Amino acid sequence: MTRGPRLAVIGGGLAGSMAAVEAAQAGLTVDLFALGPAKRSHSAAAQGGINAALNTHDLGDSTGEHFDDTIYGGDFLANQTPVKNMCDAAPGIIHLFDRMGVPFNRTPEGVIDLRLLGGTKFPRVAFSGATTGQQLLYAADEQVRRHEAAGRVHRYEGWEFLSAAFDETGDGRFLGIVAQDLKTMEIRAFPCAAAVFGTGGPGLIFGQTTNSASNNGYASYALWRQGVKYGNPEFIQVHPTAIPGADKNRLISESVRGEGGRVWTWKDGQKWYFLEEWYPAYGNLVPRDIATRAIFKVCVDMGLGVDGEQCVYLDMTHMDPAEVARRLEGILDIYQLFTGQDPRRVPMRIFPAVHYSMGGLWVDYEQMTNIPGIFAAGELDYQYHGANRLGGNGMLSAIYGGMVAGRAAVRYLEGLSKVTAGGGGGAGGGGADQAGRAGSPTPVDGEGAGALAAAVRREQERDAAIARMDGTENAYLLRDELGALMNGNVTVVRYNDRLRTTLEKLGELKERYRHIGVTDSSGWSNQAVGYVRRLWGMLELSQAITLGALQRDESRGAHYKPEFPERDDANWLKTTIATYTPDGPKLSYEPVDLRFIRPRVRKYDVDKGASRNV
Amino acid sequence: MSEKTAAATVLFRIKRQDTPAAAPYWDEFRVPSRPFMNVVAALMEIQKNPVNTAGRRVAPVVWDCNCLEEVCGACAMIVNGRARQACSALVRDLAEPIVLEALSKFPVVRDLMVDRAVMFENLKKVKAWTAVDTTSDTAEAGPRVPPRVQALNYQLARCMTCGCCMEACPQVNRRSGFIGPAVLAQVKLFNSHPLGQPLAPERLEAIMGPGGIAECGKAQNCQKACPKQLPLTQVLADLGRQTSVRALTGWLRR
Ligand SMILES: Cc1cc2nc3c(=O)[nH]c(=O)nc-3n(C[C@H](O)[C@H](O)[C@H](O)COP(=O)(O)OP(=O)(O)OC[C@H]3O[C@@H](n4cnc5c(N)ncnc54)[C@H](O)[C@@H]3O)c2cc1C
Repeated sequence: MTRGPRLAVIGGGLAGSMAAVEAAQAGLTVDLFALGPAKRSHSAAAQGGINAALNTHDLGDSTGEHFDDTIYGGDFLANQTPVKNMCDAAPGIIHLFDRMGVPFNRTPEGVIDLRLLGGTKFPRVAFSGATTGQQLLYAADEQVRRHEAAGRVHRYEGWEFLSAAFDETGDGRFLGIVAQDLKTMEIRAFPCAAAVFGTGGPGLIFGQTTNSASNNGYASYALWRQGVKYGNPEFIQVHPTAIPGADKNRLISESVRGEGGRVWTWKDGQKWYFLEEWYPAYGNLVPRDIATRAIFKVCVDMGLGVDGEQCVYLDMTHMDPAEVARRLEGILDIYQLFTGQDPRRVPMRIFPAVHYSMGGLWVDYEQMTNIPGIFAAGELDYQYHGANRLGGNGMLSAIYGGMVAGRAAVRYLEGLSKVTAGGGGGAGGGGADQAGRAGSPTPVDGEGAGALAAAVRREQERDAAIARMDGTENAYLLRDELGALMNGNVTVVRYNDRLRTTLEKLGELKERYRHIGVTDSSGWSNQAVGYVRRLWGMLELSQAITLGALQRDESRGAHYKPEFPERDDANWLKTTIATYTPDGPKLSYEPVDLRFIRPRVRKYDVDKGASRNV
Repeated sequence: MSEKTAAATVLFRIKRQDTPAAAPYWDEFRVPSRPFMNVVAALMEIQKNPVNTAGRRVAPVVWDCNCLEEVCGACAMIVNGRARQACSALVRDLAEPIVLEALSKFPVVRDLMVDRAVMFENLKKVKAWTAVDTTSDTAEAGPRVPPRVQALNYQLARCMTCGCCMEACPQVNRRSGFIGPAVLAQVKLFNSHPLGQPLAPERLEAIMGPGGIAECGKAQNCQKACPKQLPLTQVLADLGRQTSVRALTGWLRR
């Protein structure tokens, strides 16, 4: 069973773990890499739940409605075929995780309960207390552990992926990955003919966000630098409801509104429920981009933030305390801990914070990037959310994408062992244009070994060069500046002049980067050197995000320009593709797969159906 | 919340260790205080200016963290003598100097970072998983679960493998090899899941030998130490009973 070809899976979150399970189940041997124990991955932090049109309450939901809500919510920028497939697969995925032991909340009859999140009229969210992500991740990790016990998975936890290795003198095929042991600092090559990446989003670029400390985006960056295309970098989701903090902005889940929480502020001495007034059809459950912009407008443009501060109320004091305890407790405990106030008695003060990246590595419908053998799934891909992600679709896309990637990698490797020469084995639909690299099942013959060794040397040199940096700049402070710059100019409201200035300032930060002094000279478990390495990736990815935003002269989903307030399908219904060059990102565009649903105006003051009929 | 306390600082006393083999030593840092600041934010401040109270530039403190909202289990350490998550330890609730130490029941990697691999190994030993046939859509929902049962299982499923219970347990030491409360809770959880039940006998067997449930000294410290309030005392009592019954009736199955 454990002989066959090896697959490297990088990332132990929902996407990576499910890819590993798929491949191990098919008999492959999997090497699983993660920055720390997979069980501690960022996916654990997801609170609200996961979408699937189970239609438990028989309210007319269907996978078709889920598909339509997702495409509509994403302002028609997502390729429709993979989104449809994901929505169709969702109920089966919930049943799988149920079998895997996730303690989903139940109705009195004992079936899986559902709740509401934004951007839909149907309760569609399966949840497990207030820590759904934790529960889903644990179930996936447990299955990985089961395969590990059977010898089919080898864990490299505490190893960081640094770069991919290619046969540079030959046909350019993918040979394996280079990774570093974060304890011993050893850098090593791991030969493999295929790899699945599930390394998560790049949120840390924006400073204080709702993300975990591991969401540094370096793996995406490294692959991008090596030729993988990056799709829709400019689409960054800002979540409407978070509590600002010194180390991170803690999310207050959308499920609070799903369960009946209301957003308001004072106006003329009265409570003003502005979301309900502006969007009567969806009220507090408008999608995130809409709610975020509304809160911004109230606080920034109208100056109506609570007590003149940048915040509004999220109120659940009117709700039944017993229900609140059963369905939201963990979330409210977080608020109480970090503000000292009890949200059951006093309305919460919240403000938007960067939360999720819709953009990411370009993949085809089998989750393969433009480099044969390199697959990507989860928050690091660009595939499922278009211009705005709906709540509950993030984990679904990570699980679904991970499973598709795992299966596709298995087929790809099978294809390689059948056709020894020639490439692109398992490449799927979606108009994949390959980089002209071939693949091979036996990557480490003489030449390959040389190329892998060279790739290791390159990373060792990079490491050594960083360790020698002895300037006066502090990398952590520089990251704070980057975060403030990006957060201030490339999030909720975007102006072209400020985007241009941001690009200039990014250039300055890259210059100052060269004057960093590395604060730790130890050769053991050195966290400072890795931080500096990742910071460079953040700076270069920031350029792609900012340039993507600058070029796109329209407003669509999370991307909003007051100078171009309307969606412009004639010119901009297309996917941004950022390609790396040493002189900065180059942008091109490709058409969106629109084969099922014709684009229509997106508005939430009326029912989606009303918009459908225009 | 908005009152300015710019000048105020907080004193941290941190036990450091450069490598697993090196001798530990102490460093002190003064960190600018901020409202609702947690221990992780303070450690982040030290990264930005790693100068100790003696005015010496030192390596920034090494520690582990990820989610920063007490759900991943990474940042467990000893704060003022008590094992807990650093992210939910608020500076304003702690007496100064705030003393930080690595968990003592695990090998130190560096400074406040420890290696808890043993817990994950033990999860393997007790087969903490359900044996699903396939990840394919079997077009079948899982078994029905009454909300009351779900609530119990959810409680046990929230264990983040942080190791606080191991730290608090007097029986966890090199001599006993005690598997510890966290992993035992997973035995209880999976043995009560319909799809986990087929492996229930094997799980009980796994905790009946040396280092198993019999090592529990009933000190009940674990439940007090658990940041997620798992009902560990009850779990250990239940498993104790089940393994005794199994030991007594073992010959029946031979
Ligand atoms: C606070 C919060 C709440 C959320 N709530 C919800 C919700 O309710 N519903 C929903 O659907 N979505 C939610 N999301 C979004 C969703 O949780 C994430 O998008 C999703 O879990 C990402 O999963 P992933 O597998 O892609 O990546 P992650 O879980 O981020 O995992 C990434 C993995 O890659 C590893 N890694 C990273 N870089 C490297 C490297 N260089 N080398 C080796 N390993 C590496 C990490 O260690 C980790 O194991 C939420 C997000 C946040 C921030």
